[in-house]
Amino acid sequence: MKPIKGIEGRAIPLGLKNCDTDVIIPAHYLKVITRKGLGKGAFEAIRAQPGNVFDDPEYAGANILIGGDNFGCGSSREHAAWALNDLGIDAVIAPSFSDIFSGNAFKNGILTVVLPQDAVDRLLEVAKTQPISIDLESQMVTTPFQDRFRFEIDPFRKDCLLNGLDEVGMTLAQDGMISAFESKMATDRPWL
Amino acid sequence: MSSKPRTLYEKIWDAHVVERRPDGTCLIYIDRHLLHEVTSPQAFEGLRVAGRRLRRPDLTLAVPDHNLPTTARVGADGNRLPIEDVDSRMQLAELEKNVAEFGVPYIDAVAPEQGIVHVVGPEQGFSLPGATIVCGDSHTSAHGGLGALAFGIGTSEIEHVMATQTLLLSPSKTMEVRVEGQLGKGVTPKDVVLHIIGTIGAAGGTGHVIEYTGNVFREMSIEGRLTVSNMSIEGGARAGLIAPDDVTFAYLKERPMAPKGEAWDKAVAWWRTLASDPGVRYDKSIVIDAADIAPCLTWGTSPEDVVPITGVVPDPASFADPAKQAAAQKSLDYMGLTPGTRMEDVPVENIFIGSCTNSRIEDLRSAAAIVKGRKLAANIRQALVVPGSGLVKRQAEAEGLDRIFTEAGFEWREPGCSMCLAMNPDKVPPGERCASTSNRNFVGRQGPGARTHLVSPAMAAAAAVTGRLADVRKLEPVA
Repeated sequence: MKPIKGIEGRAIPLGLKNCDTDVIIPAHYLKVITRKGLGKGAFEAIRAQPGNVFDDPEYAGANILIGGDNFGCGSSREHAAWALNDLGIDAVIAPSFSDIFSGNAFKNGILTVVLPQDAVDRLLEVAKTQPISIDLESQMVTTPFQDRFRFEIDPFRKDCLLNGLDEVGMTLAQDGMISAFESKMATDRPWL
Repeated sequence: MSSKPRTLYEKIWDAHVVERRPDGTCLIYIDRHLLHEVTSPQAFEGLRVAGRRLRRPDLTLAVPDHNLPTTARVGADGNRLPIEDVDSRMQLAELEKNVAEFGVPYIDAVAPEQGIVHVVGPEQGFSLPGATIVCGDSHTSAHGGLGALAFGIGTSEIEHVMATQTLLLSPSKTMEVRVEGQLGKGVTPKDVVLHIIGTIGAAGGTGHVIEYTGNVFREMSIEGRLTVSNMSIEGGARAGLIAPDDVTFAYLKERPMAPKGEAWDKAVAWWRTLASDPGVRYDKSIVIDAADIAPCLTWGTSPEDVVPITGVVPDPASFADPAKQAAAQKSLDYMGLTPGTRMEDVPVENIFIGSCTNSRIEDLRSAAAIVKGRKLAANIRQALVVPGSGLVKRQAEAEGLDRIFTEAGFEWREPGCSMCLAMNPDKVPPGERCASTSNRNFVGRQGPGARTHLVSPAMAAAAAVTGRLADVRKLEPVA
């Protein structure tokens, strides 16, 4: 995974409360066996509407997405994160995220930034004309209008994102501890 | 061991900590891992690329369900019929290749035990109380009905579990949903959970694990508990839990993969210690009076959009939150509904009885009780009954339920996820309406432009025979 320090660019002002993962990537695109190419199915129902934000030339090349409350709710499909990767989205800002989606995003190097609704509303407005900056080190979202919004992030996730760490490799380094747990389980709970 | 009272969730969590880190994050051991064809291929590929093995195939079980057509799988010559859709066929072939290569126990597409992963796990006794259970599917929360800590994971986490049999997790907050009292006539476990989601909202449980408490759940069958816990995720909670009790143990005893003999006795003894301690504190608590729950259904495109069947389509202006007002208006446009319309006046063309929420034997019995002696209404274009597993199907056939459905005009199908998610041939056509026993009424969930109303099996049956959304309490059984 490539390390993330700062993310700067235009942001797609989607908004939309309860944007579920079926909306992000409908099920008929899930019949794939690789992680690539899902951008073409991303937000299909929204993109079928004329004048939608995803096809607006104003936001061409945008690398940030601004969503609404409970972003990424519903299905656990990691295809939602892969579709955002494929669209070139590096960060999503929203008032809240579903637990599963935020984990999936993190594991694919997408930064999820939780900000209060009024801050998100302000960014939705700014995004219409100006780029937005996110600095992970200082946990700060800024705009050319001197807006400054601090966000919280789990320290472990922050460290992994800053350094681009591979979680499976890190856990495998604890193999001894896992084996010891398994031995104890074989005695304590042999039915498992 | 601390003497502080602990919740069921905290007891299961504590029993699975491999390593507790200073920031509170824990490496949690995973007892059971369920796999299906859609979310696993990239995880197997990840192992292969990194040259890693699958650590515990013996704690893993794979079964295809999402993609499989629900039409006949074996031809008249006894040979397996190929899946027509090329991508689905390829995904299934990939699963078969992967389970063979990594030595994963596999229930194949034509095995009598095949079914929806969340029906198969409990039915086989693979899912057990007090266990940590994961699957690359958000409705893994279902297994919490047995008192297991069960939750959906993404494909990167699947790969992590495959390689290490653990997950790195932060503890969730706890939320108690207590339902006390007497459920009214026609009110099923599905109505209970829809009512709960309508009350707490689609993000009401985010960051929390819900424990369902109160006499209503204690008196509920395992099938009902699985239905309730299944939909925890629709309230934002990654997992739901119901304390294991004698009802749970009676359900699991003698299941093929459940412990036997001395191991069973030892397991039950431990399971009995898991219930939340008296006087325990939850981070959040809500109490619902069972008498306030009516047979209900959804009107919009979020599972929180719940009204009693006697209610009307709400006016978006009636919501306090401006974001909800906008979302409600969008929902109504998509659903083709006008505020003030009585739900009972809304005609439907499609009926789906199935999904990991409502495809177990009790669900089929409850729908059949309404259908018996009646016919599909003339305006119904498609009505499917899709049992959750081959074993449910055979049980239903032994009870004659299949004939009740087919004589009324329903199609009786092979087990699978079917019309819940539009990734196999079972879909709701654009602009048409479906009374569905599934779990999600999202935009496009049952097919592009499909309009979903989530209901109980009995209410789906009532809609089938009346041709509109209908109050099951007004339909007396036909003798």
